[in-house]
Amino acid sequence: MTLPDGVEYHVFGDSGDDEGDESEGDGTGDDGPGSLATRGEPVYGEPTDGEYRRWDPHRSKLGAMLALGMDTGLAGAETTLYLGAAAGTTVSHVADFAGPTYAVEFAARPMGDLLDATESRPNLVPLLKDARKPATYAHVVEPVDVLVQDVATRGQARVARLNSQFLREDGRLLLAIKARSEDVTRAPADVFDDALDDLRGGYEVLETERLSPYHDDHLGVVARPTADGTL
Amino acid sequence: MTDGWFAGLDPDDVDGGARAIRDGSADEPADWPAQAVEAGFAADEDEYYDRLQSAAVAAARGAARDSERADDRQLIHAVRAMDDCRRTANELAERVAEWAASRYDDAESGVEYARTVADRSPEDAADERLISLADRVAGLADEADAHRAFVERTAPDVVPNLAALAGPVLAARLLDLAGGLESLAKKPSGTVQVLGAEDALFAHLRGRAPSPKHGVIYTHGAVQGTHPEHRGSAARALAGKLTIAARIDHYSGDLRPELEAQLADRIDTIQARSTGGEDQ
Repeated sequence: MTLPDGVEYHVFGDSGDDEGDESEGDGTGDDGPGSLATRGEPVYGEPTDGEYRRWDPHRSKLGAMLALGMDTGLAGAETTLYLGAAAGTTVSHVADFAGPTYAVEFAARPMGDLLDATESRPNLVPLLKDARKPATYAHVVEPVDVLVQDVATRGQARVARLNSQFLREDGRLLLAIKARSEDVTRAPADVFDDALDDLRGGYEVLETERLSPYHDDHLGVVARPTADGTL
Repeated sequence: MTDGWFAGLDPDDVDGGARAIRDGSADEPADWPAQAVEAGFAADEDEYYDRLQSAAVAAARGAARDSERADDRQLIHAVRAMDDCRRTANELAERVAEWAASRYDDAESGVEYARTVADRSPEDAADERLISLADRVAGLADEADAHRAFVERTAPDVVPNLAALAGPVLAARLLDLAGGLESLAKKPSGTVQVLGAEDALFAHLRGRAPSPKHGVIYTHGAVQGTHPEHRGSAARALAGKLTIAARIDHYSGDLRPELEAQLADRIDTIQARSTGGEDQ
């Protein structure tokens, strides 16, 4: 597996690393000692060591995709559109290794934390917008290399298709599908099948993997846009 | 429109940039950094990103502040005002009905009748007083409707999950009874279940009555639509989800649509139970 430049395994000191070792143990794709980490100012009280800040795959779906060794195609310094930034836990790590990073979040409440994360990250652009209405931020967001999506709404595949217009032809969609946001009563496997069918209306799916043990009932998806992208 | 957010802006006008980011739109994305440099908005892409971030942070901060201002206190005041207006309108409508019965043949009761009286043209001095009073009743009823509309518009911003689960008005009533979102979020589900049934609860605690099954959540379809035999279960399940919703609203603020589905699933299960010989 290859990690993007700027993301590496780092062994953190004793303080608070017990937990880190444990997450090592149940991960399946780790090939380095220590825990995933990026370099930057801490945002949410994560353990740090010098410049390094631990990227906990239990708290981040993208972190889990990397920890599980999925081929995300990330190399570092990409222009990124992140949908569902919430309080900025994951997107702060993304901004540490990526280029210009557009962070879209619909809820106003977590925006304060996200704004704090922008202070030490000049490449992080917060947008209080609805990911289901791309036209409301298309005047700000440029075409991107990577679209990361982690939104807890029904119709997650539809959101990904609506936003495929932002992806460059050779870009990548990194999507975490949450089964429980689509339909709690159905078996996650069925929900994932339907979502992937929907997704194929605008993307070619390259890789899928369940994000357990880090996240229950989540499917990580790597996909690239097909020519006749949108809807 | 196909202009970037920076079109026609003074590069140093952060507020203008924030407004453009908040309110603008475009049909599709474009290479905005290059266009901005070309248009002379920024000397190079680094400067463009600096300006973009300043404007975007200002826009997000402004929008977040607006939603903070629409806080739980305002909802509580509005729902109380709504109840006051409605109660007073009903009370005065009774007075109108009683007075009207002494003067007109077609007298009925209620706010709707007061509205018809308000439309009459006065024939003498007493008529004038009565019609004026009826007019006040109609005005108060309209006022109550306006407060209700305000609650319905505001609640989804203030308590998105609670409003989605309980409906805006019940959400506001729960906030009122609990004394705010924070205290509602800190209450155990069993307390939320009987909010609004304090008299019954204290009668029960004194040993004089059975425990109340539900308080104001009685107005929710999940309870009303359930056979009386199983309303206790339904109220318990509903209160549990409402408590979770209030906690998410207070501590996190993002919308979790799965809560609604979980509740619907649980209520379906409860309503599907057999009821002592009677079918549903």
